[in-house]
Order: sequence, then C-alpha cells, then structure tokens
Amino acid sequence: MQRVKNTIRTALHSLVFLFCWMSRAAAADFSTTVPTNIFSPQSTPARSIFHLSMFVLTITGIIFAVVCTLLVYSLSKFRASSANANSEPAQVYGSTQIELAWTIIPVLIVVVLFLATTRVLHAIQDAPMPANALQVTVIGHQFWWEYRYPQLGVVTANELHIPVSDPAHPMPTFLQLLSADTDHSFWIPELAGKTDLVPNHPNRMWMDPEHSGIFIGQCAQYCGTQHAKMLLRVSVDTPDDFAEWVREQRRTAVADERVAAGRQVFEATACVNCHSINGTMANGRFGPDLTHLMSRTTIAAGAALNTPENLRLWIQNPDAIKRGSLMPAMQLSKSDLDALMGYLETLR
Amino acid sequence: MSSNTIAIPALQVEEKPWIDTLHEWVTTVDHKRLGILYIVYGLMFLVVGGVEALIIRVQLMHSHNDFVSPQVFNRMFTMHGTTMIFFMVMPVLFGFANYLVPLMIGARDMAFPRLNAFSFWLTAFGGILLYFSFFGGSGLYGAGNAPDVGWWAYAPLGARAFSPGHSSDYWTLSLLASGFGSIGTAINIIATVLCMRCPGMKLGRMPLLVWLYLVMGGMVLIAITPLSAAQIMLLIDRYLGGHFFDTQAGGSAVLWMHFFWIFGHPEVYILVIPAFGFLSEIIPVFSRKPIFGYPVMVAATVAIGLVSTSVWAHHMFTVGMNSYANSFFAITTMAVGIPTGIKIFNWIGTMWGGRIQFKVPMLFCIGFLFQFLIAGLTGIIQATVPVDWQLTLSYFVVAHFHYVIVGGILFATFGAFYYWYPKVTGRMLSERLGKWHFWLFFIGFHMTFDVMHIPGLLGMPRRIYTYEPGRGWDTLNLIVSIGAAIQAIAILVFAWNLVISYFKGAKAGNDPWDAWTLEWSTSSPPPVYNFATVPAVASRRPLWDLKHPEDPDSQYE
Amino acid sequence: MSAAAISIPGIQQPWNLPYRGKVAMASLIIAESAIFTIFVVAYLFYIGKSLTGPTPREVLETPIFFTICLLSSSLTIHYAGKFLQRGKRGAFLSLWSLTVVLGGLFLFGTGLEWRRLIYEHGLTISTNLFGTTYYSLVGLHAFHVTVGILMLAIVAIFAFAGRVGAEHSRRVEVLSLYWHFVDAVWVVVFTVVYVLGR
Repeated sequence: MQRVKNTIRTALHSLVFLFCWMSRAAAADFSTTVPTNIFSPQSTPARSIFHLSMFVLTITGIIFAVVCTLLVYSLSKFRASSANANSEPAQVYGSTQIELAWTIIPVLIVVVLFLATTRVLHAIQDAPMPANALQVTVIGHQFWWEYRYPQLGVVTANELHIPVSDPAHPMPTFLQLLSADTDHSFWIPELAGKTDLVPNHPNRMWMDPEHSGIFIGQCAQYCGTQHAKMLLRVSVDTPDDFAEWVREQRRTAVADERVAAGRQVFEATACVNCHSINGTMANGRFGPDLTHLMSRTTIAAGAALNTPENLRLWIQNPDAIKRGSLMPAMQLSKSDLDALMGYLETLR
Repeated sequence: MSSNTIAIPALQVEEKPWIDTLHEWVTTVDHKRLGILYIVYGLMFLVVGGVEALIIRVQLMHSHNDFVSPQVFNRMFTMHGTTMIFFMVMPVLFGFANYLVPLMIGARDMAFPRLNAFSFWLTAFGGILLYFSFFGGSGLYGAGNAPDVGWWAYAPLGARAFSPGHSSDYWTLSLLASGFGSIGTAINIIATVLCMRCPGMKLGRMPLLVWLYLVMGGMVLIAITPLSAAQIMLLIDRYLGGHFFDTQAGGSAVLWMHFFWIFGHPEVYILVIPAFGFLSEIIPVFSRKPIFGYPVMVAATVAIGLVSTSVWAHHMFTVGMNSYANSFFAITTMAVGIPTGIKIFNWIGTMWGGRIQFKVPMLFCIGFLFQFLIAGLTGIIQATVPVDWQLTLSYFVVAHFHYVIVGGILFATFGAFYYWYPKVTGRMLSERLGKWHFWLFFIGFHMTFDVMHIPGLLGMPRRIYTYEPGRGWDTLNLIVSIGAAIQAIAILVFAWNLVISYFKGAKAGNDPWDAWTLEWSTSSPPPVYNFATVPAVASRRPLWDLKHPEDPDSQYE
Repeated sequence: MSAAAISIPGIQQPWNLPYRGKVAMASLIIAESAIFTIFVVAYLFYIGKSLTGPTPREVLETPIFFTICLLSSSLTIHYAGKFLQRGKRGAFLSLWSLTVVLGGLFLFGTGLEWRRLIYEHGLTISTNLFGTTYYSLVGLHAFHVTVGILMLAIVAIFAFAGRVGAEHSRRVEVLSLYWHFVDAVWVVVFTVVYVLGR
C-alpha cells in the first residue's frame, strides 16, 4: 500500500514538475510566488488530507477502470455488423440478481469511504487546542488580511509569520477566522484545507508546519472586484527567527526627526482615516496597520513587491496595481509624496 | 407503417403572409410550437453564454493578462453561469418536455396550453430583463452594468452596501420571473403526465423520458421555490431595510448559503434528470433492445430526486458547520451516487447483448456515459470532506461541474437533437456534419475540462480575473482556452447542421430510427392535433408490439 | 395515406385519470409550501437573535378572534362546495360569501395588529430581525389570503349573476383547496409566531 502511494505521489510530482517547468518559460523575471500543490503537504492537516485523497483516488480509479472496461467491451463486442444487422437481438428486460449485485457493492464502497472520511474529518476539525498553541486572529477585509496575535500584542497585515512546529514537540498555530465585510477563504494548499471567513460567524483552523520557509496561497471565496489579488504569504520561521520577528513587531514606530515632514503629511491627510501607526495618533482600522510596513516583502496583499517605486505608485494611483481596490488615489503633490516616502521607509 | 393522421389534399394548403405566421407563433398555445420556441431561445443563449465563456478564457490564457478589466471579468463569470443554467439548459429541457411529453403519452396537448404559453413568455422576459442590466444596471446616474456577484450572489456581497446600483436587482428580478415560469411549466408537466395519458398507458407503461420529466417537475416545485423565497428576502433587505442577511444586525450570511444551495443542488439534478431521460430513449433504440431494468430505473430516479434534496450543504463544507453536520452531508452525497451509478450500469446492461448502431445520437450518448462516469467519480472524491477542503472553490470543482453539465447534460442534449430533429422538422440532420460536430466537441471538451482539474490541484481558486506567473498555471490555462475555442467551432458546425438540414436534409418519414414509442407513429412533423384517434396501448413499447405481433412486449410485462 | 389508429385490443377497464385542475392545484400548493417553509425556517432561526428593539414577548398579542374567523371560513367554504354539488345554488352563494367576509375580517385584523405594532411599539420591517421576519412571514401569508379573497370574490360575482351551477363543482373545489391551504399555513404561522416564538 505504501509503495502504491509512493508511486502515485512520484507520478503526481513528476507531472507537476513537468507543468511547472513548462510554465517557467512564461514566468516573469520577478515572482513573489511559487508553485503550490495539494499533494505536497507540509503540515498535519494537509498530510491527513493527502492520505485520504490517495485512498479515495485509488477506489475511484478502480471503479473507473472496471466500468470503462465494461463500456468499451460492450461497444466492441455488441456492435451491429452486416451479418446480424437485419434481425433483432434477444429482448432482455432486466435481471434481479444483477441489480442486487450492483446495488450492494456500491453501498459497501460508500460505507468504507464514509468511515474513512468521518475519521479524518473529526481529527482535523475537532482537534483540541493545546496550551502552547500560538493563537492568531485573522480578519478578512476587501482585499487584504489583518493579523492580530492576542497573546503577543502584535498587529500586522498581509504577511503572516508563524513558528515551525517540531513533530517531537508540536507547537501548532490556531487561527480564528473573522471577517469585517464579505465572505473570504483562507487557503494555503500545502499547510491545510481552506476555511472560510464569514462575517458574524467565527471559524477556526489550525496548522503545524514541519519546515520553515515561505508558503503561498490566496483568498478562495469570491469577495468582490479584487478577489484575485488578495494573496496570502505565510513565513514559517524557526523559533529564534519568530521570536525576533515578534520583538520587532511589538516595537512602536521609529520616531526619526529627519522624516518629521513626512510624518506630518501622513498625519494631516486622509491616511489616518484608514491606517494605524503604533506610537502615533494614527489609529484607523479600515486599512492595514503600517507600523512595520518595511518588514514586508510585498504590498497590496501580495499584488506588488515592496519597492519604493511600487509604494509610490500605490499611493498615487492604486488602480495601476490593483484596479478596484479600496485604497484611494491620494493625489499628493510631488514634494509631499517625497516627504511621505521618506517617512514610510523608516517604518521597519 | 401507416400513420395516425387525416389526409389533407395538397391544393387546400395556401401560402400565408409572413406577418400572419409570426402572429401565429407569438400567440401560439400549441405544445409543439412552444417547445420549439423554448429550444430556439435556449440555443440563442447558448451562443451568448458561450461568448462570455470565451471572454473568460481569453483573459485567463496567461498570467497578468489585461484583455478585460476585473470589473468586466466578474460580470462575465456571473452572467455566464446565470445564463447557461437559467436561460440555456432549463429552456432547452422544458422545450423538449413540451414537445415530446404529450406525443409520448398519446395526448392532444399539455394539460394547460395557455399556462404553457404564459410560462414560456415569463421565462423569456426574465432572460431579456437580465441582459437589459448591461444598459440599466446602475440606474440613471451612471452607465449600466450587469450583475457581478457570482451566480450564487452570496450574502453579504449582494446587499446594498456591497452591491450598489441595480445590477444585483436585475439578477434577482429576472430569476424570480423565470422561476415562476419554471414552476408554471412544472405544474403543467405534472398535470399532463398524471391526467392526460391515453388508455392503457398505466404509469408503469410510460416511456422513461416521461417518468423522468415527472420527477423533474416535482423537483422544480420544491427546489426553485426556496430560491424565490430567498430572493424575496434579498429584495426586502435591499429595499425595505430588512435584515435577513445583514450581518451587522445579527443576520446570517450562512443562512443565504443554506437557502441558495437548498435550491442549487436539486437544481443540478433537475438539469441532469431529463438528460437521463434522453439516454433512456436513445440507447435502447440504437442497441435494438429494451431498456435494462425499467422498474429499477424508475425507482433509482425517484431515489435520486428524494436524496438529492438532502445533500445541499456539500457546497458549504468550508463554511464552518460542525463536524456532525459535515459528516451528515458527506454520507448523503455519497449515497446519492448509488442510484446514479445503478443507472449507468443499466444503460451498459441495455447495450450488452445488443446490436449497437453508431449513429450520431448514439455517439453523443456514449460520450455521456464515459464523461458522466468521470464526473460522478470526481463528485465522490469531493464528498470526502477533508479532501473537499482542498478542492472546493478551486478550478477542480469548476472542472467537475462542467464535466457534468457539458460532458454530461450537453452531450445528451446534442444526442436528443439528432434523434428528434427528424420528428420535429421532417428532415434528417446530416450524419457527416454530426460526426464532425461530435469529434470536434469531444476533443475540445477533453482538452479543456480534463486539463482544468490540474490548476485546481495546484492551488488555483475560482473567480479570479488574473493570476501570478510564478504559480505554474500559465501553460495549463492556455491549453484550457484552446480547447474552448475548439468547442466553439464545433458549436458552429452544429448550428450550420441545424440550418442546412432544414432545407437540404433527407426526408425523414414517420419513423427513421425504427423506434418504439408513440411519437414515432405520427407523421414528421406531426399534425397539429397529434393523433387523429386517441391511441390505446398495452405495453411500454406499443410500436414494437405492432411491428412484432408474434412477440409483443405485452406478453412479458 | 390511411388513418389507422394505434390501438391494441383488450383494454377492458374504464380509463379514469385524476382531474387535472386538482393535480395542478395540489402541485401549486406543494410549491407554495416550500416558499413558506423557507420563511418559517428564517423566522425560527432568528428567534432571540435580534440585537435591539422590541421582542415578541413585549409586543405581540395573540389574535384569537381573527384566527377563529379564518379557520371557520374553511368550514364555510367546505359546506358551500357540498351544497353546490347538490345543486343548491342559494346555500352555496350564502356560505361562499360568508367565506369571503370571514377572510376579509382576518385581513382587517392583521391590519389592526400591524397598525398597533408600528405606531404604538415602533416595530417595522427594518427595526430588527424580529421585525423583518415577522412582517415578511405574516405579510406573505396575508398576501396569499388577499389573492384568495380576490379569486373567491370573482366566483361570488358570477354566482350572484346565476352563472355557477353544480356542473362547476370540480372547479370550485380547486379554489377551495387553495383556501384550505391558506388556512393550514395560518395554523403553522400562528404556532411559530405566537406560540413558539414568544
């Protein structure tokens, strides 16, 4: 059984590799994303799902082979030929035994499948939260992700950092999923199945990634115009890196006198209606928290790399990056924008 | 084989002015004409919905494409889904029901001819209202636009706050109108089947197509109405300040999902059950054997109808229902696969031991069998809930349901076209063009929908107007799009066949396929009164009994 | 071309199928039941979930008298039908008209109740979840009562002009079926709103 699974897994990986290699040719030079694959689980829920999928694929594969064979056989064996075309074949109306047989066998298959399904279902969905689990509250917005770490006092956006979970001493991350507006869905294929974020209906999911690295996903429930660019980027950190990241995120914003002019621009324009910067008077909740904006690889929920050019463009003309997003074009003068950029670049 | 008609000398048939012909068609209450109107209406929307699909596929051909804006793309997938389901498949299926059911049961017309006409025009109005949204969607203060909330219009996306203007109202009102039209036709079908059968045609002697339409009609009554109810609630929210789905006032977005899918899942069985009916008529004739296991086929259909009303939340496995609810819907979803599988086995059993003729209707049915098998199996895969947590809302499920609707229902419907076109028009469709149509469509279909499963497995969600180049989805999407273009060409071949055969097709005669049900005893096309004298039957295959008086079915049933 | 009929000899029994009007009305009732079920489910689901505003316990008064009016109208319409079957047109018209009056009384009662709720307690369809679900459910039912009364009134007008006789019994019975359905729905709505919901 294990060899069968491994063979199927190798075949699937080869197929995926082939397709990825074929599409590399079309890929742009820069890419903030990498291929993902539900058959490369890196976490317990994804792995349980993978094993169950191998099981059901085997069963359905066998059913397909059997029925297809019957179909192809009947088409070739019982075709009309010039010899027999002028007479009618025996007019058979049915057979109770055959009907019973092909009712009972499917019933048994269903029973087996259902038992396997419900076991994995309960194991994932009803898993108790251990005391040492990291808790993160995820709030879905049109079209970005808000992350709050209640135990650690951290608030950030769009790029989630969680610690790696050593199978010997597991430290899973439990996500509470909420929504500020419409429905969204949190999907990182290699870490877990997706779970929706529904307003007025808190949900819960968990994952325990086995290896550190960057994991990619995106919103999977149509949430409006820019559903397509509500991307997910999860950084699974080693315990030390994670602790370092938490320390950085908990600091208030740097107060650098050299960029006071830029900070003035930020505080005097509409920026503060939507954005928060810890340690200043800006505490808007509609848009992402910008206290540590420069600690992120991407902006606009993964729609663009976090470079000065992109950030400038995002502020002046967000539609160029993410048309239909709820970030307004700020219409700043060049000098204001330059000052503001200087300020934003200090938000590490 | 003499036909049940009254001869009219040729001299008495005059040429009519075109305006009178048009007036007759618009005011008709005849089931055959209404059937044709429904089908032509559906075919027009097949083209419109198909163009919307092509726009989607061109946009998704490669990453970061900008063929259309995100706003236009979102309208395209919303309109594509809404159009194809409500204004293509439903009308075409109701059209076949209208045309065939009275003929197959030996009746003069449907039970309520005027209700029939009213229902058709109500449905037709609904479609026109939906497309008017392109002009009127935003009201007076802006250019109009079509609905862009997906064909499910999930709350709260459909609420005033997230869907300003009137685009969502066009979605709601057009479907309310056509929904009431569907209910009218369903009532008509049920009353016709239960009350208008010719003498001797007990329920156990009806053609399977009639049985299947009876079950479909019953399902329409209890499935369409929840959508109507939910849409009335949405209108109350949008216009009277109601809070049914207003999450800020304690309302529930999940309640909309339940109501929608209580409609939505039985709806897809409503769509597939007539396709099963087409298969159950065509396969026996081209295998030269009666359907294998008629009583089991009836029982399986009723079972499917009943069980399918209990599976709806398998569309909601990721919404956060508790594990017991998820398990319940898993078992019911797997259970509904059992009678469905039994039907597939019975069709193979019909072909087994037969003398199979590979005419075009049969080719399409064989395509159905192969493809519906695969579609059913990918359905079972998704019924294993945790696996569905990966596969749902991705291109895997988009591939699955197109496999059912295109690979299954549309193939069966093409078969029905080739099979009954001679009866309706008196001419045969071209076998040669039919084979081109079949093979082009088969190749295009598989190129698109086989490959489409893979991006889903690689993490591609649905309803996205573009995607990042590094995900590895580019080449796959390109292949999918090319397959779509091939299918479009096949549809053009089909359309050409329909038109050219009307004028140049071989004359069909009453019974070109040597079939066994009552519609083949009339002329092609049938006279307006269908049967000069009311038939009386003693078995399920009255024409077999007449053609084989030494070995009639009536002595075995 | 000869005109031979498809006819297999040997059909002995008389061939009787149900009356299509009744089958159609039964089908319509099934469809309408599904619509009402959804509204009832919404009502039940939202019991106790309003975030603000008047609660059912605070503002609802059980409409006993008007319920009796509506339910007894089922009796009057039933006997009206029986009289028509026996050709007794006068009795039919009296009982039929009484049905219309009782239905009208019920609607009047609903109107009174709504006026009280709106003006004395400030409960409207947009106040809270209770308001939304209450007015929708009771309103949907009242709408069906109104349509029923209109149809009954049309028949009454024809009966008054002497045009309705025993030969129309079957059709009249189809309308009665609808009226009984409307009453049955009220039994459910009454239980859900005034008994369970408080």
